Amino acid sequence: MEENKGFGAKALEFVRNNIVPILFILICAFCIPLSGFSPAYLINEIVTRMGRNIFLILCLLIPIMAGMGLNFAMTLGAMAGEIALIFVSDWQIWGIPGVVLAMILQIPFSILLGLLCGSILNHSKGREMITSYIISFFMTGVYQLVVLYMMGSIIPIKHFSVKLPRGYGIRNTVSLLNMRQCLDNLLAVNIGGVKVPVLTFLIIGVLCLFILWFRKTKLGQDMRAVGQDMEVARDAGINVERTRLISIVISTVMAGFGMIIYLQNMGNISTYSSHSQIGMFCIAALLVGGASVDKASIGNVFLGVILFHTMFIVAPKAGAAITGDSMIGEYFRVFCSYGVITIALVMYETKKRRNKSRTAQELARAAAEEAAKEAAK
Amino acid sequence: MSNAPLLEMRNIRKDFFGNQVLEDINLTLHEGEVLGLCGENGAGKSTLMKILFGMDVIRETGGYGGDILINGEKVEFATPFDALAAGIGMVHQEFSLIPGFTATENILLNREPTKHSVLSEVFGSRLDTLNNREMASRSDTAIEKMGVRIDADMTINSMPVGHKQFTEIARELSKEQLRLLILDEPTAVLTEKEAEALLESIRGMSKRGIAIIFITHRLHEILSVCGKVVVMRDGHVVSDVPAADTTVEEITRQMVGRSVETGAAAQEARSLDGARTIMSIRKLWVDMPGELVRCVDLDVREGEILGIGGLAGQGKLGIPNGIMGLYEAGGSVTLDGKDIPLNSPRKCLDASLAFVSEDRRGVGLLLDESLEWNVAFPAMQVQNKFLKPLLGGLVKWRDEKAIRAVTEKYVEELAIKCTGTRQKAKELSGGNQQKICLAKAFALEPKFLFVSEPTRGIDVGAKALVLEALRKFNRESGVTVVMISSELEELRSVCDRIAIVSGGRISGVLPASASSEELGMLMVSQVV
Amino acid sequence: MSEKKDNNLNSPSKLNDELRSAITPAAAPSALQMREMGPLRALAASFGLPRLIITGFLLLMFIVAPFVGNDFWKQVANVINRFSWNAVLVLAMVPMIHSGCGLNFGLPLGIISGLLGATMSIELGFTGVGSFFAAILIATPIAIVLGSGYGWLLNRIKGGEMMIATYVGFSSVSFMCMMWLLLPYHSPTMVWGFAGKGLRTTISLEGFYDKALANFLAIKFSDDFILPTGTLLFFALLAFLMWAFLHTKTGTAMTAVGSNPTFARAAGVNVDRMRLLSVILSTWLGAMGILVYEQGFGFIQLYNAPFYMALPAVSAILIGGASVNKASIANVVIGTFLFQGMVTMTPTVMNSAIHMDMSEVIRVIVSQGMILYALTRKTEGGGR
Repeated sequence: MEENKGFGAKALEFVRNNIVPILFILICAFCIPLSGFSPAYLINEIVTRMGRNIFLILCLLIPIMAGMGLNFAMTLGAMAGEIALIFVSDWQIWGIPGVVLAMILQIPFSILLGLLCGSILNHSKGREMITSYIISFFMTGVYQLVVLYMMGSIIPIKHFSVKLPRGYGIRNTVSLLNMRQCLDNLLAVNIGGVKVPVLTFLIIGVLCLFILWFRKTKLGQDMRAVGQDMEVARDAGINVERTRLISIVISTVMAGFGMIIYLQNMGNISTYSSHSQIGMFCIAALLVGGASVDKASIGNVFLGVILFHTMFIVAPKAGAAITGDSMIGEYFRVFCSYGVITIALVMYETKKRRNKSRTAQELARAAAEEAAKEAAK
Repeated sequence: MSNAPLLEMRNIRKDFFGNQVLEDINLTLHEGEVLGLCGENGAGKSTLMKILFGMDVIRETGGYGGDILINGEKVEFATPFDALAAGIGMVHQEFSLIPGFTATENILLNREPTKHSVLSEVFGSRLDTLNNREMASRSDTAIEKMGVRIDADMTINSMPVGHKQFTEIARELSKEQLRLLILDEPTAVLTEKEAEALLESIRGMSKRGIAIIFITHRLHEILSVCGKVVVMRDGHVVSDVPAADTTVEEITRQMVGRSVETGAAAQEARSLDGARTIMSIRKLWVDMPGELVRCVDLDVREGEILGIGGLAGQGKLGIPNGIMGLYEAGGSVTLDGKDIPLNSPRKCLDASLAFVSEDRRGVGLLLDESLEWNVAFPAMQVQNKFLKPLLGGLVKWRDEKAIRAVTEKYVEELAIKCTGTRQKAKELSGGNQQKICLAKAFALEPKFLFVSEPTRGIDVGAKALVLEALRKFNRESGVTVVMISSELEELRSVCDRIAIVSGGRISGVLPASASSEELGMLMVSQVV
Repeated sequence: MSEKKDNNLNSPSKLNDELRSAITPAAAPSALQMREMGPLRALAASFGLPRLIITGFLLLMFIVAPFVGNDFWKQVANVINRFSWNAVLVLAMVPMIHSGCGLNFGLPLGIISGLLGATMSIELGFTGVGSFFAAILIATPIAIVLGSGYGWLLNRIKGGEMMIATYVGFSSVSFMCMMWLLLPYHSPTMVWGFAGKGLRTTISLEGFYDKALANFLAIKFSDDFILPTGTLLFFALLAFLMWAFLHTKTGTAMTAVGSNPTFARAAGVNVDRMRLLSVILSTWLGAMGILVYEQGFGFIQLYNAPFYMALPAVSAILIGGASVNKASIANVVIGTFLFQGMVTMTPTVMNSAIHMDMSEVIRVIVSQGMILYALTRKTEGGGR
């Protein structure tokens, strides 16, 4: 009896702590049969999307570790990756060499952007998230300025397939047909009709190992300390600002790599919109995997990608099946992305408050007992 | 080994912009010696320790005079890190721990032993990996040294308070170079058993040759563990004797005694024995962190000025804050025979109570708004003063003219220095801000006024003016005033009776003419 | 807030505070400082450097415009028109800033109330100017309900308002995207012709409340320059009501809550109720704002249109000189004028001057840069 109760309470606690993943499992379970996709097709799609997205989502982990919340400014890294790819395709370097060159080329860009973003965030401690969110918008403007007006006029861009006919600025879509899925196809294995991009997964595996190793380094330990209590960390002699800056730079550089992996899979760059939604979808996917604003693991990333993208694939079809209008499903998945971020943010803030009031309750109870004891005397 | 003492402080002087807080302090401490340091709040203990520890605030406020010698060599610490390097460790009253880290991680915070790797050769030592085994063994050694068992792998936020304190001590002990440890009221948060363990551990550390400065209000602890006792009062060392040669009573007398007896002030105290009881407090508890009130019974007589004194952290501040509903409270409070509901600031204000908070900048003022707003706001909200009814009472319009008039009245009466009533509150000095807080309470025209630490952080001249204003308010309007202050002399100069809080309870109520010794004994009687 | 009240005299930071308050005679002797700074820097300090730059930029635009072949009065008319459309949306920022809820990134929620009011008014068969007032009547209770829920939520997450407001706005917009398709609207002017259901993305207001306010007492200076007197008067009325509200007892309490919530609580004000009220007011003004915008613009825009409507309004009030916790009616007027001036002038002037339309980019950089600037400023005072 007693044990049963304990189990019930535990189960409730489990559900409450994992409400978002559970909700998504239910949505997926409901939508998959309705969508009528074959399992092979679904698995194939999910594997492709995992290869495409996981690297990008992993870059969110390090700022969370440093207590800076969800890094909405990962978009900056994505922009750096895009700029590098634009150069590479202008120089007509294709295939694996092109991808590698782009990856090298994006590093200085993203370091620069990361430093900028990190120092702004150091000026707005306590509201990092909203600030990083606005930074991503601000930098989108700067990016447009550079790509639409300065490329071709000030920054040399030659090739007609990249440049706008008017003589400056980059075309709306830059085709990466010649490097499309070159990473994914190298060493790809076909298992029962499912194409597994082994090399991409290897790269992701290496990154996961890097993150696991990074947590065990001195820098990683410092970041965790800074993330939990900046003042204590500072008193212990840790350079708080620098540590936070490094975490953002690492995140931005990783986002740059991730964007290149993402785009080589897609096979083209939508010059002015590829990066804009990336941040939101990555963050939503991470949160769907059960992460919160102050805690996220590699497991959250994998679970999140699978659940979120399953929902993404099946929602339009399922929506059409129910209402007869495919747009409903499209809107529904957008709503889910925003909704899940909202829920995660609200849960994070209420949890912070609940923790505070709990200590107050304990103190009050102790004091009340004391008073009662006194009264009994 | 040389004969020079481990630590010698010679003629230490310190003033905060002309306000002398330490004068001619001389201290010596030998290896393995335990020194008990006592004194009232504001006696200068903390400032002295800050000087010794090289805290930034000392340098920012103009440095100090005199010399500090370690092993006979003169030292000057620019930062706490210099002090740490010289072997001085300090355990502060407030925990400086990372909540989600284990005890081991906290003990070795930013001093973790590491292993080199290929990547760290390229990118610098911050990419060394942590050496977990070495960390565990070092923290074990430190805990061993301390002699109190704590779980090294438990995270801080799941620890009882006492263990957090021990983690801090272990952190200092884990520093190889540690020779002198400062413990600032370490037993305040410990249970009796834990405090006993701590004393035992102090003895152990002393045997290992670590010198300890032990600051506490629990005098019997000092006597049981210390080699010698130093008592400070008003920035002077008033006694420096072996612990064996003194007693709790003696120390108390030295702590609160005055060099110049200010009996004159106390003469103003009236005896209002016949007056009826206006407020009675029964079984009050207040959950104010750091100022927990456990069980207070107190009667306040009509028309008097009642002082509430006591050492810091004993709960004297919790009493007004709890009654006024700013912190969660329980028990019963009646004013004029009517029950005052607790936990509701509005109900208290409606009952014609008023409160001047000790936290001027946090609670007392709208720093970004004008003096007019600050003075008139509570009276406007609670009593609908300074409002003009418009459209047949449908709209309550702010009456700027009346607000200005009342502000100007108090600016004049209390001699508030400002450029005008539209000046922002944050631009005033501490003393004038305090007067604004008083004006705010006066504008409510209360029957009963709580004033908490009215003179904290303001200069001597302003102090006298503020106290005078309070006395005048009491005498002329017949308002009952309860004044909470950590300065006993201040209470004696203004109040009629003084209640002393100790350990979250009233340990006694005496007429203001009572001697400092009597009051002092009450202060330390039930210290927890 | 510090945890230990009295004890932390011993902690370094608290002592610093105590000392500073005790010793420095005045924390910010602003008048004195300004005299020492010299006139130009003093102006920059009091007016705010970003605002000075934007004002200068706008002035330059006005001066350059005639030289590059733009009709000066046409430009002025344009700016005034845009001002009249947007001012109420910017005004919707004021209550929440006053009560300390921060910048209202959740404006889309108010906009949705307005859109529901607008579409329902048409659905119910109202036409002409009457449909505008019907829309107001319908939108008001919706705004109050949505605003109450939103305010209740914001009271539970004090300190994290802005981020959550943003996502509440986004979620509600994407939720309504589904609803526009699903709700049983039938008016043939609004639904897709071929399907007979589901609202169109853009609905023309011709025959309904197109220019309902603008035409009221409109003054025609020339074909290009028609002063939308009615719209300006409507804004003036709302702004006056806002100003008056801030001068009442409740308005004063709201400002105090934003300035220092602990002070307000100690003075017997119900902080949560004030915040709730401010959120409802902001939401309602957002609903009014979108209706005014529509009557000027002539179309109702549904689906994704409200997504990014909060950002221009937020940056407008910041350009006007407001901060994260202080705003006035003057900030609204100045800010809307500067922002809309910039938005309308740059494309035309730049196009004729250098044949390169960089206006969109400049608008994004300036408006987001302004928000960023405000977020990195330290907020003073307050008990947080």
